Amino acid sequence: MNVAVAKTGNGRAVSDLFASAEGRLPGSPAVIAARREAFETYERLGLPHRRIEEWKYTDLRALVGEVLPLAAAPDAAALKRAADAVKAHAIAGARKLVLVDGVFVADLSDVKALVSEVGLKTLRETLEKDAALLKTVSTDAVIELNAAMATDGVVLSIADGAQLSAPIQIIHVAMAASASAFTRSQLAVGNGARATIIESFVAAGAKAYQVSDAVIVTIGDNADVAHIRLLDDAPDAVNITSQFVTVGANTKVNFFNMTTGAAVSRLQGFITLAGEGSELAINGVNLLKKTEHGDTTLVVDHAVPNCVSREIFRAVIDDRAHSVFQGRIIVRPDAQKTDGKMMTRALLLSDEAEADNKPELEIFADDVSCGHGATAGALDDSLLFYLKARGLPEKQAQALLIQAFVGEAIEQIADDGLREHVIGIAERWLERRS
Amino acid sequence: MALLEVKDLKVRVEEREILHGLTLTVNEGEVHAIMGPNGSGKSTLSHVIAGKPGYEVTDGQILFKGEDLLEMAPEERAAKGVFLAFQYPVEIPGVATMNFLRTALNAQRKARGEDEYSTPDFLKKVREVSKSLNIPQDMLKRGVNVGFSGGEKKRNEVLQMALFEPSLCILDEMDSGLDIDALRIAADGVNALRSPKRAMVVITHYQRLLNYIVPDVVHVMSKGRVVKSGGKELALELEASGYTQFEAA
Repeated sequence: MNVAVAKTGNGRAVSDLFASAEGRLPGSPAVIAARREAFETYERLGLPHRRIEEWKYTDLRALVGEVLPLAAAPDAAALKRAADAVKAHAIAGARKLVLVDGVFVADLSDVKALVSEVGLKTLRETLEKDAALLKTVSTDAVIELNAAMATDGVVLSIADGAQLSAPIQIIHVAMAASASAFTRSQLAVGNGARATIIESFVAAGAKAYQVSDAVIVTIGDNADVAHIRLLDDAPDAVNITSQFVTVGANTKVNFFNMTTGAAVSRLQGFITLAGEGSELAINGVNLLKKTEHGDTTLVVDHAVPNCVSREIFRAVIDDRAHSVFQGRIIVRPDAQKTDGKMMTRALLLSDEAEADNKPELEIFADDVSCGHGATAGALDDSLLFYLKARGLPEKQAQALLIQAFVGEAIEQIADDGLREHVIGIAERWLERRS
Repeated sequence: MALLEVKDLKVRVEEREILHGLTLTVNEGEVHAIMGPNGSGKSTLSHVIAGKPGYEVTDGQILFKGEDLLEMAPEERAAKGVFLAFQYPVEIPGVATMNFLRTALNAQRKARGEDEYSTPDFLKKVREVSKSLNIPQDMLKRGVNVGFSGGEKKRNEVLQMALFEPSLCILDEMDSGLDIDALRIAADGVNALRSPKRAMVVITHYQRLLNYIVPDVVHVMSKGRVVKSGGKELALELEASGYTQFEAA
């Protein structure tokens, strides 16, 4: 393959895209300059492909090809349909923040209830003042593209000591067909604060769309944060999300991601443990069918001593679907007494299903306990026969074993209601199989 | 009335024939023991009746209540009333025993067109049976057979037998891996389920089990056939003389 040609091809497509969108992208002149710089970096790199090590298993040039034009801002009719989708996906008791095709919609959000407890701005507002939120440390083309194109997002700040009385649910609703939405959000959690944040990606009739999201999460000391991401995009959609997480000292962080949608998805998380004594859990489940491609790539950076990190990941892969898990644990020279472990298991439900697991440990300290494990296999025939001999039909027997398999990751969700909600998503996915 | 009729059954595993024309009739209310040396085909027979994959029936038939059992999927056989108590019950991590019992029972009832059990009725029944089998309640909250001792696993099989109320119970080497006390508890549980409408086929290598579950008929299997049938005294005879006389035949 001639890389130079492919890059130029992609670059040109984006170049048109950027030029036509530029007038609609919010920000001060300094911000627009930062966007242009990010875009130029993207244009130079092009979409990631399989010869870039981090993207070896998720070749966006082959899987996605080109970036679609920016979605138009939703009109009144679209917002009415979005309201129905929000209602269908809202988690009981949570306070909603809604983005429709990449645009924050206050009317669909619980702004009044939220501002009594948290600081809330939109990305659009923030970019009128400065470009800081567009600047994330990265040489990754999709992150640069997101910085160039981000139209909106939520900028949340949870004050020191705040104990949120209800979870916050950010709902991304896709309405437009054959268009892209670029969002970028910030969640800043203060010292001693306690918060649960849910992010849902859903479609309301949208087809063949692309989502690019970036989330910058900063968590202070002595905090307790749960973050649950539910990706249920349309079966022909693309969702590329990057998370940048910095964790302070003596803090507990519990991340969970569930992917049950999108033709191509990648969640890449860059997590830095920057304060001692913190405990990080990052767990996830991919439920993939047909030709879906779901990638979870995590880089956990133990920058300081005495932190614990745990990653439990489960993939259930049917038909010709493809699940990717890449987990890298970095232990810096000073980060003694680090305890970092990851375990990933893939369940292949068909002969053509594919799982790629790539664990990496980069350890520069000498007094640490780190480990990883990876397995891939089919359902155990002896277990299936036992269940069938007790009266369970094939699909029901499979469903029971699959639930048990993903349960090992789902049970890490501490909140009873949210855990049940996620179990319900898995159950419905399994029902659709049978 | 004949509950189970195995007629001239020939079975292959991969390229090897294990059963060479086995015939066996079990009537309602009867307890049959099948004895025989290792490799005589006892467990193969139990697996073929339950519908385990990997066995090829090349000739003969199995009728259950007059219906062709070999045409049915394993779960259909279970719903019709065939129950195999496994020699080595599998461990299923992550599937709570209670959830498994309820799911299985309701799947069988659904297949028969019956209403699902109500939760209070189900719990009452499980509690009753588990108490009589000396199964502690916390065992039912654990994953199916996970961390169970050999005796607990066998008692869990008997518990299912009592809950599902099958008309044919096949006990495959129930005594393997059990000490005398564990064996007695399991056997008492089985005896409590003897009824004029229910038949049992007890597969065992040793006569010992038959002191606890006393059979009406004893069959001796050798080289894939039933070579001799008789009353319960046949088991004692075997204990004294061994299987050699049949193996020579």
